Amino acid sequence: MKNISFKVNKGEYFILLGMSGAGKSMLLEMIAGLTIPDSGEILLNNRNIEKCKPNEREVGLVFQDHAIFPHLSVSANIGYALKRKVLNYSTKLDQIRSIAERVHIQQLLDRQPSTLSGGELQRVALARTLVQKPEVLLLDEPLAAIDTKLRSEIRSLLRQLNREGQTIVHVTHDFDEAISLAHRIAIIHEGKIIQTGTPEEVFGSPRSEFVAHFVGIRNFFKVKLTESETGCLAELANGLKVSSTQKSASGEGYLMIRGEDVTLSAEKYAGSELNNFEGKIIEVAGSRTGVDITVDIGVPVHVSIARVAAINQGLTEGISVWLHFMASAVNILPIK
Amino acid sequence: MQRYSSFQLIFLFLGALLLLFILAPLLGMFFATQSSELVDTWREAEVRQSIWLTLWVSMAATLIFAFAAIPFSFLMARKDFPLKRLVTGIIDLPVVIPHSAAGIAILGFVSRNSVLGKAGSAVGLDFVGHPAGIAVAMAFVSIPYLVNAARDGFLAVPLRLEKAAFVLGASPARVFFTISLPLAWRNIVSGLILMFARGMSEFGAVIIVAYHPMITPVLIFERFGAFGLKYARPVSVLFILISLLVFILLRALSREKNKSD
Repeated sequence: MKNISFKVNKGEYFILLGMSGAGKSMLLEMIAGLTIPDSGEILLNNRNIEKCKPNEREVGLVFQDHAIFPHLSVSANIGYALKRKVLNYSTKLDQIRSIAERVHIQQLLDRQPSTLSGGELQRVALARTLVQKPEVLLLDEPLAAIDTKLRSEIRSLLRQLNREGQTIVHVTHDFDEAISLAHRIAIIHEGKIIQTGTPEEVFGSPRSEFVAHFVGIRNFFKVKLTESETGCLAELANGLKVSSTQKSASGEGYLMIRGEDVTLSAEKYAGSELNNFEGKIIEVAGSRTGVDITVDIGVPVHVSIARVAAINQGLTEGISVWLHFMASAVNILPIK
Repeated sequence: MQRYSSFQLIFLFLGALLLLFILAPLLGMFFATQSSELVDTWREAEVRQSIWLTLWVSMAATLIFAFAAIPFSFLMARKDFPLKRLVTGIIDLPVVIPHSAAGIAILGFVSRNSVLGKAGSAVGLDFVGHPAGIAVAMAFVSIPYLVNAARDGFLAVPLRLEKAAFVLGASPARVFFTISLPLAWRNIVSGLILMFARGMSEFGAVIIVAYHPMITPVLIFERFGAFGLKYARPVSVLFILISLLVFILLRALSREKNKSD
């Protein structure tokens, strides 16, 4: 990890997004105090905590595999953090019960962890951490070990907790998860943060090839850029010219277009003179959201359209089509 | 019933021979002894006292040394340090040292003229020819079993659980007593039983440090030397039966405890 620097505001849902093994877990461990960074500062509410022991920081950490103590009941697990505080027995029980209700596991309090499912255990882990009323809740891939069915339940729970005021720093490799939960996202790649911002800022304008691929932008071409009055002109390898409304100086760069921003039709698009290209469909493949069509216009262009549209237009391999996209949908990444 | 291939039948045959090798001498001894002899031997105060001495000294040695051995095993499981391999080797030394040689070493270490011996005398604790010396000899040869078992027990406790406990605000002491120790407990108990058993059966090291008071392994030896096989046999059978009883009891108790978890 090198030169990692970011700021999380109170009450924010901040997500660190990156491939598995990019060091995101280590980052959380550093914030929690389980690993010491070689250099740098960690400030919580303007207080330096990088020298504090893990049990002195006001942060809570939920591990990827919940790390529930197998030899203690659910109630004892949740109440583990309370032993430190001087409370009488019934107050402790009340706190345990109210936290359990908040995450909907009050009926499991007397159970042993070995009898619970993954989703239930993850909720126990959440309750156990929340009972300390941490300033920041750190989540390490909390949904990784959960069945897809349960994921949306836990996601709503997390959203709810954040709405109630809990600051959350959440680490994941799942793009959909990040988009659905985050106020702000930081993308980690090879030990560095390469882009920070709201989901719209980061994925609307990817600033690197890695982010673009991450977002699923498969139309990525090396181009020669020429400045123009309305933005710039990007020339593809085969000489085709693409117009973009994005301002850029002349030079070399990359061009990105989302598959969803490309329209296909049998005839040339009449609404604009710009960015119309003819080509042949070379591949039609089903995808989770519809149909992915690859059109060869000299370079392969990936188009994502709805299944219904593909059927209605009779789009099959081998036929000729015209594709069009708006100049405003063309992202340019100049090479510095 | 599982099927055995003809190749595996050979293994089965060899295994049976091995079992026979262990059981035949024992069974032969049991059958050669009459119950009347056993009763008479039990009636002898010297025999009863010897067996009792053997049991309680080994138990005391195990429990006293466990106080240092268990925390040490925890360190061995959790920390890395230079020369760690050397330390592991040192722990296993007592297993490879010939027992009488170990006894000579211990004798030099605890005799009246040594530092330890003098310190002991000052508080009224004598080693040579006393139970304390027997305990030291027993502990010397049996501690590796406890350390290794406890270390394996701690290694099996996921580090993540300890980390989670830290972040939940527990001090290192609390983490050790509420998380590491309970989860390693089964292995530790196994190690304690093993250490007790090994200590109880020690002969070579004990006889050098303390011929008297006689633990039963020494008593058997003396009776054999003075009066012969027939006279030594009843004590041996008695001792083996009582040892087996004690171990079955301990194992049953430890399993009971685990079942209630």
